[in-house]
Amino acid sequence: MSVILEVKDLVTRFDTPEGTVYAVNGVSFHLNEGETLAVVGESGCGKSVTMMSILRLLPMPPAKILSGSAKYRGQDLLQLPEDVLEHNIRGREIGIVFQDPMTSLNPVLSIGYQITESLKYHLNMNEQQARQRAIEMLERVGISDPARRLSDYPHQFSGGMRQRAMIAMALACAPSLLIADEPTTALDVTIQAQIVELMIHLREQANLSLIWITHDLGVVAGLAERVLVMYAGYIVEEASVDELYDHPAHPYTLALLAALPRIDKRRSQRLKSIPGAPPNLLVKPHGCPFAPRCELAFDRCHIENPPLGAIAAGHSSACWVDVNTGRPQ
Amino acid sequence: MNATPLVFVQNLKKYFPVTRGVVFQRVIGQVRAVDDISFAIEAGQTLGLVGESGCGKTTAGRTLLALYQPSGGRVWIDGHDVFAARGAELMALRRKAQIIFQDPFASLNPRWTVNAIIGEPLRVHGLSKTERERTERVQQLMELVGLSPRQINRFPHEFSGGQRQRIGIARALASDPKFIVCDEPISALDVSIQAQVVNLLEDLQDRLGLTYLFIAHDLSMVRHVCDDVAVMYLGKIVEMGSKDELYEHPLHPYSQALISAAPVADPHTARRKKRILLEGDVPSPLNPPAGCRFHPRCPLRLERCTQEEPLLEQVAPDHHVACWAVKAG
Repeated sequence: MSVILEVKDLVTRFDTPEGTVYAVNGVSFHLNEGETLAVVGESGCGKSVTMMSILRLLPMPPAKILSGSAKYRGQDLLQLPEDVLEHNIRGREIGIVFQDPMTSLNPVLSIGYQITESLKYHLNMNEQQARQRAIEMLERVGISDPARRLSDYPHQFSGGMRQRAMIAMALACAPSLLIADEPTTALDVTIQAQIVELMIHLREQANLSLIWITHDLGVVAGLAERVLVMYAGYIVEEASVDELYDHPAHPYTLALLAALPRIDKRRSQRLKSIPGAPPNLLVKPHGCPFAPRCELAFDRCHIENPPLGAIAAGHSSACWVDVNTGRPQ
Repeated sequence: MNATPLVFVQNLKKYFPVTRGVVFQRVIGQVRAVDDISFAIEAGQTLGLVGESGCGKTTAGRTLLALYQPSGGRVWIDGHDVFAARGAELMALRRKAQIIFQDPFASLNPRWTVNAIIGEPLRVHGLSKTERERTERVQQLMELVGLSPRQINRFPHEFSGGQRQRIGIARALASDPKFIVCDEPISALDVSIQAQVVNLLEDLQDRLGLTYLFIAHDLSMVRHVCDDVAVMYLGKIVEMGSKDELYEHPLHPYSQALISAAPVADPHTARRKKRILLEGDVPSPLNPPAGCRFHPRCPLRLERCTQEEPLLEQVAPDHHVACWAVKAG
């Protein structure tokens, strides 16, 4: 399997009036051709900022990419000239679907205009060709009567249809990689299930490589092949989906799974809650970022941040403790 | 279990008028947000009210506390007729029945200190004689919900989301209520914080003998927290029962779809799980479908469903369903 995207040592910070926000603190990962990778974490863990940094979509300033590389098929996206990135990569090779379809669609332009715009820009299609392609795309994402729907405005679409239109837009130029940033979070469960099924279907049809950013360990379980768990701007665990749920190795992953109630099981006990509050990113990281909330933390955890290290084939964790024994490794 | 329910809701209706025109306003229609729902909650129990956005669950919770003017029906809380209560009786009712809101950012006055926010019910209901006594009581309440009493003079923005929700809970508890409507109390919070708040609500229920109406769209959490569950669709309760009965043997096609669509945090189950995908979106409550409101999306639709509205009927002890197809077998 060849690697389509390889990110190394990415560090992104924001300069704000309150101080420096340590958003992404040295993140490295790769994505294989045709693979689905989920990036899981709570708000502020740096999962979106990581992807936005790679695509250089963050406003700079206040954002600052201090170091790192992001090689897409050998080209470093962080070094490419802006016009090349804009014309050849963003929206062309790499499609993006954002969380909230209401705020990421332009309310005063028709759906058709918004889909054809990228086709005309990236693929030099004429109006007629672009329109034809837009109709095809809307049909593929399951919008009925697509020819008529092209002239509709976003407010005339329901939430689920808007997200479908966003997906159609992202896939219009036939990208090889799709980054979906919490694409189902704003949707109801029955609509969420529709969108997940649609993505599974499209992924196979178009041989897409997919990065799915989410906070929901439930959605990930049925969708991803590999999972990255992020906390406070660090990747704390990386594993195949089965390995992660069957043998979680980082105390944070373990705690997240224990905090989730199960719909398919009778209640057996109280939920295990994670004490304390999410980390304050305005404070320069010192020691393991999860240590203040970790049940297994010992002296070393508060002083030295554990590196992400392999614990089994295809399974890495950043922790000084062996969660099975509760003792230092 | 108590023989007489603490909360009794009978044929509750809430219609919102839809108007047109600025100067000469005319009513051109009605949104039937809550359309004839009935249920009872025994003292010390929790009833879950689930459904997707726009199904009327929040409106139901607010109307039964008379926070909205009801369009029909009657509600008794602890023996008092809520909609007939006036003056001193209404004040006594307001003390007994409280509400916790979804958004811990919007439901706290940003210019008030925690002392003022939690102390307000004490002041309004004249529950403390002196200011000193009130401050002491606020400190007790803060301790009860797991906040440090030293933070009494801080403002809401100085707290995290989970802590803010604790302030909202302390405010609801200030008047020593028997019944609390929890309106999506955890959906704005991160996963690791959700478990903290749910466990707190359960502890408080045990210690203070509280009765809850738990409004939520997270079906897994509802199964964990509640004793009984009612499923709403477009202003109607379509199925109601004890939680294990309803989750293990859902009968209404909407409940079946809803439960099957909920994600499970286990890749093995998730891959095996057959999702029932509903067609289309929830129709507008301004113009709901005739007959059964679910019929345009229903996989079991019969001729009768398009014409005649099914009523909630008992199918087993503690299990009620409104569906012609279920009735026909």
